[in-house]
Amino acid sequence: MDALDRVVKPKTKRAKRFLEKREPKLSENIKNAMLIKGGNANATVTQVLKDVYALKKPYGVLYKKKNITRPFEDQTSLEFFSKKSDCSLFMFGSHNKKRPNNLVIGRMYDYHVLDMIELGIEKFVSLKDIKNSKCPEGTKPLLIFAGDDFDMTEDYRRLKSLLIDFFRGPTVANIRLAGLEYVLHFTALNGKVYFRSYKLLLKKSGCRTPRIELEEMGPSLDLVLRRTHLASDDLYKLSMKMPKALKPKKKKNMSQDTFGTTYGRIHMQKQDLSKLQTRKMKGLKKRPAERLTEDQEKKSKRIKNN
Amino acid sequence: MEGPSVEELLAKAEQDEVEKLQRITVHKELELEFDLGNLLASDRNAPTALRQAGPAPEAELRALARDNTQLLVNQLWQLPTERVEEAVVARLPEPTTRLPREKPLPKPRPLTRWQQFARLKGIRPKKKTSLVWDEVSGQWRRRWGYKRARDDTKEWLIEVPDGADPLQDQFAKRVQAKKERVAKNELNRLRNLARAHRTQLPSAAGMRPAGHQTKEELRRAVQVAKLSTASAGRFQERLPKERAPRGSGRKRKFQPLFGDFAAERKSQLELLRVLNSKKPKLDVTRATNKQMREEDQEEAARRRRMGQKGKRKGGPPSQGGKRKGRLGGQTQSRPPGAGSRRKGGQHRAGGRRK
Repeated sequence: MDALDRVVKPKTKRAKRFLEKREPKLSENIKNAMLIKGGNANATVTQVLKDVYALKKPYGVLYKKKNITRPFEDQTSLEFFSKKSDCSLFMFGSHNKKRPNNLVIGRMYDYHVLDMIELGIEKFVSLKDIKNSKCPEGTKPLLIFAGDDFDMTEDYRRLKSLLIDFFRGPTVANIRLAGLEYVLHFTALNGKVYFRSYKLLLKKSGCRTPRIELEEMGPSLDLVLRRTHLASDDLYKLSMKMPKALKPKKKKNMSQDTFGTTYGRIHMQKQDLSKLQTRKMKGLKKRPAERLTEDQEKKSKRIKNN
Repeated sequence: MEGPSVEELLAKAEQDEVEKLQRITVHKELELEFDLGNLLASDRNAPTALRQAGPAPEAELRALARDNTQLLVNQLWQLPTERVEEAVVARLPEPTTRLPREKPLPKPRPLTRWQQFARLKGIRPKKKTSLVWDEVSGQWRRRWGYKRARDDTKEWLIEVPDGADPLQDQFAKRVQAKKERVAKNELNRLRNLARAHRTQLPSAAGMRPAGHQTKEELRRAVQVAKLSTASAGRFQERLPKERAPRGSGRKRKFQPLFGDFAAERKSQLELLRVLNSKKPKLDVTRATNKQMREEDQEEAARRRRMGQKGKRKGGPPSQGGKRKGRLGGQTQSRPPGAGSRRKGGQHRAGGRRK
């Protein structure tokens, strides 16, 4: 549905641009994240949300006020926020006696909740507790997942996919090699997920590729997997559907041999070889007298056959 | 002294290479999986060193991270590079990890009436200039829109044409014609939208003035016109002899506050009895009326379909369309009293009426 296909058309160009930004497209916008505090969020959880917002700037929205909702019981409030701010990723922090330092991370499809995973924060070291220089905001991080647990269960697989979606940033075609600033490292071990972020220091090595040294920079969290609300298989399949236009087109009729020469096949129509254009040799041209005798021979042959 | 042999030279060169790469090589049992489009690496090796470490495995985590990052950076430095404004830039491949979309795929829109016609006839849009020379103002103006080149509503002098009434306002006539054109355009746009969504526009059958309309039809047209205001007809006055419309408004009927005490007591007790009973109540009247209504609707639909099929073989299609509209109108505007005149049984409980 185009912006102009509504019953009430937008009256200004600005309104039209606003609507066009939000409508479904073939290649989508960068996903925005909204960071929400629950009714009883404590200092730890608030600081976690602030740090994640710093990592996700400018593709994130941090809500300052507390919102009294429970994501696992009622998702309408989250869906309303998502529709208003056009955010498809969310992180909800809360704290109570049964679930201390709780963080719900999730994503939306068509403004409805697709996946939600609840994580408990066991240990947290904030950005401001580690005193060193940080990298500029908006840099694309390197993501590393370690541990074979990430492929064991469906929960962990979805968690990995969700974390990639959350932290990956804009998809770019080129990247400046000196601009690779920081790396987010997730390790799954003994039922816990260790989230660490390090600043990248490129040191000289003998060859072109530099040697890497790491310096602890950013927030570090020890997370425990609590409840999950994963999408059903068919909804997940529907959300993964890729448009045909974006599928890579196979180039036909091209083949290469071992030397690197490219071969292709040209298909020609049937040619009349007698009417072929060749080089004209003036000496071989028929003289008028000869042409006349040839015609007479042809005529006599035709009469004889009939 | 003999010169160094070829094998020795080769061995020395290899050793030098290995030394050079020593700083950046990392040994892993299982190779990592890379998705360079997302700057992503997945390490499938079991973290044995970490398991042996104590509760705060910071140093081990950092060592593991360093190794994995070194491998990822090695891969990234293999990518083809180019120079963009004094910076060395690597070209990333397409991301291979499939992630869910945030919105559903855009649906292709069906063609509008004009687009269908143009496709049939092979008409292609002609490329036009965006600005047109305007003689009147002596400048280049846009072809359409605000302050356009030839705006006939903005002329200061209009000659009265030969056959026209001299007392008619020609300026008002032009403004009126423009308003009609805009309204027609909007109607066509809404019709195209309705066709795209396969819904029907609210039908305006019988609302347009034709010379031969009955009193009833005119009355209905007046009612609909009254309702088509911004406040849905709430502030429209009625003419002195105009009848109140029948069948409109919500039906609410209340019992008087102090009335028949015996009847009130009986109805309350009946209500309590119904609430406490386990069996569901069946209102025979309502059930039979519902059944009859459904049968009538099916009958009407069947008749309509037969009528359309018969008419399609012979006769113009417009007649079939009109007939459909009429039948549809008739089934809807049947008086409500007709359905409930038949009562199945005398089962009326708790003061509930249909």
